Amino acid sequence: MTAPTVAVSGLVKSFGRVRALDGLDLRVETGEVHGFLGPNGSGKTTTLRVLLGLLRADAGAVRLLGGDPWRDAVALHRRLAYVPGEVVLWPNLTGGEVIDLLGRLRGGLHPRRRAELLERFDLDPTVAGRAYSRGNRQKVALVAALASDVELLLLDEPTAGLDPLMEAEFRRCIEQERRAGRTVVLSSHVLSEVEALCDRVSIIRAGRTVESGTLADLRHLSRTAVTAELAAEPPDLAALPGVHDVEVSGRRVRCAVDADALDDVVTALARAGIVGLTSRPPTLEELFLRHYARTAHPAGRT
Amino acid sequence: MSTLTGTGPLVRLALRRDRVVLPVWIAVFALVAAFAAAATASLYPDAATRVEAAAAINAAPSLVALYGPLHDPTSLGALALWKLGGFGAVLVAVLAVLTVVRHTRGDESAGRRELVGSTAVGRGAALAAALAVGWGASVTLGAATALGLAAAGLPVAGSVAFGAAWAGAGVVFAAVGGVAAQLARSARAARGLAILVLGAAFVLRAAGDVTGPGWLTWLSPIGWAQETRPYAGERWWVPALSVAAALALAVVAHLLDARRDLGAGLLADRPGPGAAAAGLRSPLALAARLHRGVLAAWTVGFLLIGALLGSVASAADELLAGPRMREVLRALGGEQGLTDAFLAAEFGVLAVLASAFVVQAALRLHAEERARRVDLVLSAPVGRVRLAAGHVAAAAGGAVVLLVAAGAGAGLGHGLQTGAVGAELPRLVGAALGQLPAVWVVGGLTVALIGLAPRAAAAAWPALVAFLLIGELGPLLRLPSWVLDLSPFTHLPRWPGPVQDPVTPLLWTTVVAAALTAAGLAGWRRRDLQ
Repeated sequence: MTAPTVAVSGLVKSFGRVRALDGLDLRVETGEVHGFLGPNGSGKTTTLRVLLGLLRADAGAVRLLGGDPWRDAVALHRRLAYVPGEVVLWPNLTGGEVIDLLGRLRGGLHPRRRAELLERFDLDPTVAGRAYSRGNRQKVALVAALASDVELLLLDEPTAGLDPLMEAEFRRCIEQERRAGRTVVLSSHVLSEVEALCDRVSIIRAGRTVESGTLADLRHLSRTAVTAELAAEPPDLAALPGVHDVEVSGRRVRCAVDADALDDVVTALARAGIVGLTSRPPTLEELFLRHYARTAHPAGRT
Repeated sequence: MSTLTGTGPLVRLALRRDRVVLPVWIAVFALVAAFAAAATASLYPDAATRVEAAAAINAAPSLVALYGPLHDPTSLGALALWKLGGFGAVLVAVLAVLTVVRHTRGDESAGRRELVGSTAVGRGAALAAALAVGWGASVTLGAATALGLAAAGLPVAGSVAFGAAWAGAGVVFAAVGGVAAQLARSARAARGLAILVLGAAFVLRAAGDVTGPGWLTWLSPIGWAQETRPYAGERWWVPALSVAAALALAVVAHLLDARRDLGAGLLADRPGPGAAAAGLRSPLALAARLHRGVLAAWTVGFLLIGALLGSVASAADELLAGPRMREVLRALGGEQGLTDAFLAAEFGVLAVLASAFVVQAALRLHAEERARRVDLVLSAPVGRVRLAAGHVAAAAGGAVVLLVAAGAGAGLGHGLQTGAVGAELPRLVGAALGQLPAVWVVGGLTVALIGLAPRAAAAAWPALVAFLLIGELGPLLRLPSWVLDLSPFTHLPRWPGPVQDPVTPLLWTTVVAAALTAAGLAGWRRRDLQ
């Protein structure tokens, strides 16, 4: 088994009295597209900036591509490309100049790939940095990153400023990168995007990792929404372990079921005679909201 | 809703943001003027000494070009504030430009104006508020200065006129900043444009006072400040010119503001190259690209100022110079030979100006960091020191270019008068370059601040102003020598002219500059980026 591309454990980073990262763990295997999720201010960008060697970790072990991101920054950066969450360009350099400069600094980019990406993202490279919209600035950084021949892409909310067409194009690009065997760390708020693209996700909150695994793993930890239309009076599902939020209206019953209680629930329903049954796995959004919502409760953070 | 709706709250917002900067600047100006006045009183105790000094000054076109003429040889106040009047007006104008541009184009570039503009705020409110703050600051500064001067014992009428003269320069250039903010494509360009106008005003005033025709002086707002003639038969109608000009410029700015889009200048963007030139492949090349426009403009300015001052320098030798004048010139920094003494003083002033370029060039690294543009470059295989070195090289190399331009301009201007261009050109270029180590020390100080105390990086500016004041007023105020020694410019040989052992001070200042730069880069390499 090869070493993971990113291995972070117990990462701590404080700014003054604010503890931005508080024992964060992150493991990204080589060749996977990894979703990195968390509410605003939970430490996603700080983590990426530690991985880039822009910030020094206060404590914890951080390995990137087999090296130390602080000490070996220059050598490691030959093998990765980064798209910041808020792309700020030089006001008097055109987008094309920035793409070429960044590509050359990384050791050259493919001219054909550059032209193809400009076409695909519908980006005019002759516009000065100050005149681009937010989405177009993001496209400049994306084209520069995707046109480089690197092993790892670190993308910080790369689609936040893109329109839906461009977002779809972005997804196609990431699919290609995955097929090409590249590793991608994708911090994002667009859950449908993460669901469509990512092999595994890590959810962080207040500087700590709260969940990590494949989407299937995470779903397993969560509840399935079950709706049933029955032939007879519904049984008392609420009495079963692992069943929550039971709603009964006539012969129709809705509930949320823990993964390991599904078997019992279906058995109980079958006894009453099932006329119609839908069961829906939790969406990532539901997973996400469950984890995020705790931030709002005082008990969630002490 | 009128176009000015919301001006009041925006003024309060601007004052809240500038609550430290503006009071500090105003206090510095008022205190420096008051101390200069108090110190001169003891230097020239009776009318006879004053008349002698004034005659010497007015007979030296080179001094008149730099500082303006003395209008009343017997007046203590006029003599005490002779140097500070014109120079101070220029600095007040810079303060006004920076304030107005910060609250107009600066906010637009940062995207803050959109946030404010989306609320119930009129289209012209941002400009009106910025002008109100710029004007208010100028008038407050003038009033504080007048109070300080009167408290130092100078006549009240003259003190009020002096304050009005300074305030007038500020009021006009606040409006110039307002117009520049509409024309330029960025905040940086707007500041450059307004400072260019200020430079032109200074040169017009110098040309009008020295080579004539005299009406040239009247085209210059800096000339108006001096023609208010504080303590020398005050002319109260002159500040009214400033007010009228400021109002006219404000109307122009307002009309321009109404015609352009947010974030765009009237000087429109053209499409640029779709691909980078072959040379744009290193942090050094990027730095060269970022700094070259500003450096080119500064170089032209230094050539012109050098030529102007060089061409009036030779007149100094033709004077029947009394012992008093020699003393005055010696106080200005000369050793012997009036022309050389004047040129040495001139290079001293130009070196401080060149340091202003170096500070802004070095601070560019800090600005790149705060805007997180360095993140993009550093995410490529580029070491931190290599990235910083590009900006340091632009600053240090820019200093060389500027001093060579000043020396070359002076050499040409002076050489054409004396018919010895071939000899003067290399001599004066060399003399100007003699100031280089001190300029580098200022640059090194800036880099050290960026690397070791990034939050205080902007402190390089007040440090530079302190060096300027130490150089210009230190001997006059009879500051203790350890204070004079704080300024790197104090230690350098005063070229042109014979100098005993120039090597030691040049060497030591260079070493200090290198050490500061190295310390700054070491800190920059090791600290968290913002």
